Amino acid sequence: MHFGIFGVGDIAPDPATGIPRSEAQRIQDTIRVAKAADEFGLDVFAFGEHHNPPFVASAPPVLLAYVAAETKNILLSTSITLITTNDPVKIAEDYAFLQHVAKGRMDLMLGRGNTVPVYPWFGQDIRQGVPLALEHYNLLHKLWREDVVDWEGRFRTPLQGFTATPRPLDGIPPFVWHGAIRTPEIAEQAAYYGNGYFANHILAPNFHFKPLVDFYRQRFEHYGHGRAQDAIVGLGGQAFIAKKSQDAYDRFRPYFESYPMFQGTSLEQMVRNTPLSVGSPQEVIDKTLTFQEGFGDYQRQMWAIDIGSLPVDVALEQVELLATEVVPVLRKEMDARRAPGVPDAPTHASLVQAAYGDGETRQARPRPNSGDNTSGPLPYLDSDPERPANMPRVV
Amino acid sequence: MSLGEAPFRLVAISAGTSDPSTTRMLADRAAQAVVARLRESGRNTSAQVIELAPSATEIAQSLVSGYPAEAVQNAIEQLTVADALIVSTPVYKAGISGLFKSFADLLDNDLLIAKPVLLAATAGSARHAMVVDDQLRPLFAFLRALPAPTSLFAAPEDWGSPDLGKRIDRAAAELAALIVSGIGRDIADGGWGGYQHAFGGNATRAERTTADVDFDTDLMRLARGGN
Repeated sequence: MHFGIFGVGDIAPDPATGIPRSEAQRIQDTIRVAKAADEFGLDVFAFGEHHNPPFVASAPPVLLAYVAAETKNILLSTSITLITTNDPVKIAEDYAFLQHVAKGRMDLMLGRGNTVPVYPWFGQDIRQGVPLALEHYNLLHKLWREDVVDWEGRFRTPLQGFTATPRPLDGIPPFVWHGAIRTPEIAEQAAYYGNGYFANHILAPNFHFKPLVDFYRQRFEHYGHGRAQDAIVGLGGQAFIAKKSQDAYDRFRPYFESYPMFQGTSLEQMVRNTPLSVGSPQEVIDKTLTFQEGFGDYQRQMWAIDIGSLPVDVALEQVELLATEVVPVLRKEMDARRAPGVPDAPTHASLVQAAYGDGETRQARPRPNSGDNTSGPLPYLDSDPERPANMPRVV
Repeated sequence: MSLGEAPFRLVAISAGTSDPSTTRMLADRAAQAVVARLRESGRNTSAQVIELAPSATEIAQSLVSGYPAEAVQNAIEQLTVADALIVSTPVYKAGISGLFKSFADLLDNDLLIAKPVLLAATAGSARHAMVVDDQLRPLFAFLRALPAPTSLFAAPEDWGSPDLGKRIDRAAAELAALIVSGIGRDIADGGWGGYQHAFGGNATRAERTTADVDFDTDLMRLARGGN
């Protein structure tokens, strides 16, 4: 079971001073929070992706590559990577590169993004959001698994004899989660490929997304990846913790009330009706255990704790409380309640083990340049002769 | 048909705010008339009124949070299982009540497909008489509901006029005929796939499990790696 934190680099005015952090400060604060998450023993740090103020989350792989260098154990992920507006070719390259830099200590979560104006900034149209997400992932999947790709679709220029570099570390593509809360086609795609499915479970009524999680589980089984209960499920959450429950409410309230996302609701209502946990470590533990009860055994629990108006010192304290007072108990309790045989979320090490056992992993060694900036129809020394590049001569 | 069959479920929604409220009274009288008509045709009917005013705060909260609050969700569930609706709103500033429209804005687009509905409005002046047909009828057309041909409207003078009673009877007879004919159910059953739906919605026929979902669509094929 993975426990971690996720954020989108949001910036909001400090309710005490009315002054928002600068972008420079927010980026450095995010890095401090990520490093603290590693030091205190959380399993995952996930970040991104937005392309407009008041967010600084436009380049998750850049941030994560730096964090990888500054941390030891924590797995780095995204929340989310936009599969609609990013070119899947660039996603394949950026995240395979990150995978090498981080020595496999990463995965990524794909999502559509939800605002109309973002799409045309990248030449796309939100009305095509679902087919864009589906088609782009189909291509990304291929780019990480085939050295040479010929491809044609509706949304980007065709590819002839294209090789995405670097090839995934050890020949093992990064593990992918598909984030969706209302679209069965996205859950179907996650199930078809045997990928993870993440329901960002915040801001909506408790268990609102259970039908889609169940849908994914059943289709995961349908496609032969394992039993429905073994499907790889992640859930979002949000928490503010203090040793005493009332202190948590008192301290969180000003941040809650000044936050635009929570307009028109009271803190008590949000805690009662949604997955937001505010209170003592025990209260956060109890609420999170209801997720396991309601959704079944799952593999990754992420919390938003570093919201835009929260000073970094408070965010760091939240990381410490979460990692030292909440997660160790949850780890134990959830393990004890987990049905036999339910797998953990895949990691690079577990995927390497499954693919190669104790054998040698793939090390992609390119053939020499053939003189026109290509390395011919078989780009690597071990390229599969069954899949040669199709490279039409340009006369 | 006999009184032994399962009773019809009639749900009235009133956006009146005072007590007593003429908007509520109009809904009540229409409901009584519909129940009486259905009884004449041999069917029992349970009638229930949902007052929106006590849930005003939750309706407003639901609009901004994007998810129905508990009281709103409960009301939606009552509408979902109803065989027919009576909707009754006051007219304010030459339009239907904002409270009523806010509630309507929270309904799934496919919640009321082919559901028989009796439209009703009250106002302080007969000059607002067309609001019910000019505003409520298009709203329920958008929702693909099945409004009865006669709408009800009551200004102060109507409450002392026997003509209001006659109009109520006529509208009730129309709604009762729509209910008894089963035409709404036939339309919804027969053409469900032709309307737009969202997974996990509130409508009785909404897709909630793999058994409900059509996997033979272009998007589902694309999800499985096809073109």
